[in-house]
Amino acid sequence: MTSFLLPPSDDPIRPAEASGIRIAVDGRPVDGLAGQSIAGVLLGSGTLAWRTTSKNARPRGVFCGIGVCYDCLVEVNGQRDVRACQRRAADGDTVSTQYDALPEVAEPIELPGEADGRA
Amino acid sequence: MPDVLIIGAGPAGLSAARAARRLGAAVTLLDSSDELGGQYWRHLPPSRPSERESVLHHGWATFTALRSELETDDGCTIIRGASVWAIETRDGRPGAVFAVIGEPDGAGRSQRVFEPDALVLATGAHDRTLPFPGWDLPGVFTAGAAQALAKGERVAIGSRVLVAGAGPFLLPVAASLVATGSTVIGVYEANRTKSLLAGWLPKPWQLLRAAKKGTELAGYVLNHLQHRIPYRLGVAVVRADGTDRVETVTIARVDASWAPIPGTEQTIAVDAVCVGHGFTPRLELALAAGCALGADDFVTVDEGQQTSVSSVYAAGEITGIGGVDLALAEGEIAGHVAAGGSVLDARLASALAHRRTYLAFADRIENAHGIETGWQGWLTDDTVVCRCEEVSYGDLCGAVAATGGASLRSVKLSSRAGLGICQGRVCGRTVEELLSTLSPGHSDGPGHSDGPRSAAADRVRTDRRPIAVPLRLGELAAEPG
Repeated sequence: MTSFLLPPSDDPIRPAEASGIRIAVDGRPVDGLAGQSIAGVLLGSGTLAWRTTSKNARPRGVFCGIGVCYDCLVEVNGQRDVRACQRRAADGDTVSTQYDALPEVAEPIELPGEADGRA
Repeated sequence: MPDVLIIGAGPAGLSAARAARRLGAAVTLLDSSDELGGQYWRHLPPSRPSERESVLHHGWATFTALRSELETDDGCTIIRGASVWAIETRDGRPGAVFAVIGEPDGAGRSQRVFEPDALVLATGAHDRTLPFPGWDLPGVFTAGAAQALAKGERVAIGSRVLVAGAGPFLLPVAASLVATGSTVIGVYEANRTKSLLAGWLPKPWQLLRAAKKGTELAGYVLNHLQHRIPYRLGVAVVRADGTDRVETVTIARVDASWAPIPGTEQTIAVDAVCVGHGFTPRLELALAAGCALGADDFVTVDEGQQTSVSSVYAAGEITGIGGVDLALAEGEIAGHVAAGGSVLDARLASALAHRRTYLAFADRIENAHGIETGWQGWLTDDTVVCRCEEVSYGDLCGAVAATGGASLRSVKLSSRAGLGICQGRVCGRTVEELLSTLSPGHSDGPGHSDGPRSAAADRVRTDRRPIAVPLRLGELAAEPG
C-alpha cells in the first residue's frame, strides 16, 4: 500500500462534494480535487516519488511538505523548479518530472576570455 | 499612527495584526501561502468545504474569528503569496523589505518594496529531522509533512505508518494520521521515562488533554490511540530500507544520550515513516534585519517583544518553541507595542500572564524532548547528510579531515554540504553539530578572534541567507514596481 486520498465518504469532517481536476504527469493523466497541490494529487494517486536526483539518480518526492526542503521539484507548464507541495494544481496542468544530470566538467577548466587574453 | 508590517500569518502574526489594528495602526500582513493560518492552522482550500473541519484542529474557532476580523477590516491589508527575500537595516531601524508576490515559484511574480515604521517578524519554524540511513527514501516524511497533507489535503502518507522522533508534536500528528485513515503502528519517542518525568508529565497523553477545550478529534483519537497504538519511550528509528521506496524501518532502544543500544534492533514492515525531532526556527529574515540571537539560537526579545533592533519585533516560534498559546500571547504583545502601545497597558495584562505561563511550558518541553548527542551513533558512512547535494556522512568526515576542520565554511565549501537549493534549512544544524563532534578543537568558545571560529559563532552562518528564499534570476534582475 502507499499514500492515498481519504475517500470523502470515510472522512469524519463530512466534506461536501468537491470538483475534480485532471493533470498530465509525464503524459499520464492523474486525477485530483480542485485546490489540491500538485504533490497532493500525486500522493493521492499513490505516487511517492517523481524527481530523480542529480548525483546518485535516486528517486525523491515529498519530504517536508511545507516548502522548505525543495525535494519535490517539478516542471509545470514548461516552468522548471516548482515546489509541487506549494503549487496548487489547476485542471489541465502539464507536469514533467525533473532529472538534472550533473554538468560534465572538461579538464582543465578554461574560463571564457582567458584564452584570448581578455580579463 | 505607524505603518506596521507583519511577516507571517500563523497564530503569532494573526494575533499581532489584530492587536496592532485595535490601536489603529495601518497593518500590512504578508504570508507566502495563499491561505492564512500558517502551518498550525493548515486547512483545506475554499474549493473543498466540509461540515466539521474543526475536528481536525485545536482552537479552530480562534482562527476563524481572527481571520474574519482581519479579512473584513479595511485597515488591514493582507497580501497572500508574498515571499520576502531581503530586509535592509537603516540606522538601527527597519529598512526596506523586499518581496515577490504571486504563485509559488511562479514566473512573472510582481516585486514589492515595503518601508514600514515597525516590523513584526512571525516567521515560525519548520521540522528538524535528524539523518539516519535510508531517510532519503521516498516514503520517509517529516512529521510536519504528514500533518500538512492530512489537514491541508486529506491525503494520508501511507496505510501502515510508524511515527518517531522527539517531542509532544508527534502525538497530534499520530492523531491526524488516524483521522485520515492511516494505521499508526506506534509512536516512538527517543527520550526516556526519566527525562520525561523530570521535564514533563507522568502521562504524555495528557499533552493532548492539556489543549484547552479538547477538540472532538482529541476525544475520538485519544481513546483510539490509548488502546491501540503503542507509545514507547527511549526508542528511535535507526534506519529505513527499501529499493526505491521505504519498505521496512528499523527501530532500536536508545540510551539517555540517544545512542542506539546494540542488539535491540527490531525491523518492521511499513509503507511510510514520519519522523520529527523538534523544530528549527526560520531565522533568515530576523538575521537580515539585524536581530541578535541568544545562546539558544532564538531571537532575543524584551518585555514588549522588541528585538535588539529598534522597531523590529518578533513573536512566535522564532523566539522559542512554545506552541500556539505562547505564539498568540507574544503576537498580541508585539502587535500592540509595534503600533505604539505600552507593555504596561491594562489591555495587555492577560497576554502577559499567558506568556509567563506558556514560557514555563516551553522550557519543560525543551527539557523533556530536546535533542541529545548520541544519535550520531546510528549514522553510517553512506548515510546522506545533505539531501540536496547528496553529501554522505563519509564525505563530510573526509572534508573535515582534508580541511583540518578549521571552519564550518571550509567544510561546507569542500563537501558541498548545506550548499544546495534548500539553503541548508534541512541539514544546516546537523552539519554544525557533526562538525563539533568530528573536530572538537573547533569548538573553542566565542571571543577567540584570532583562532578558528567556534561552532557556536559559526552557527549563525547556516541560518544566514543573504537572499532569504530561492528566486529566479529574472526576478532578482527586475526593477521593483
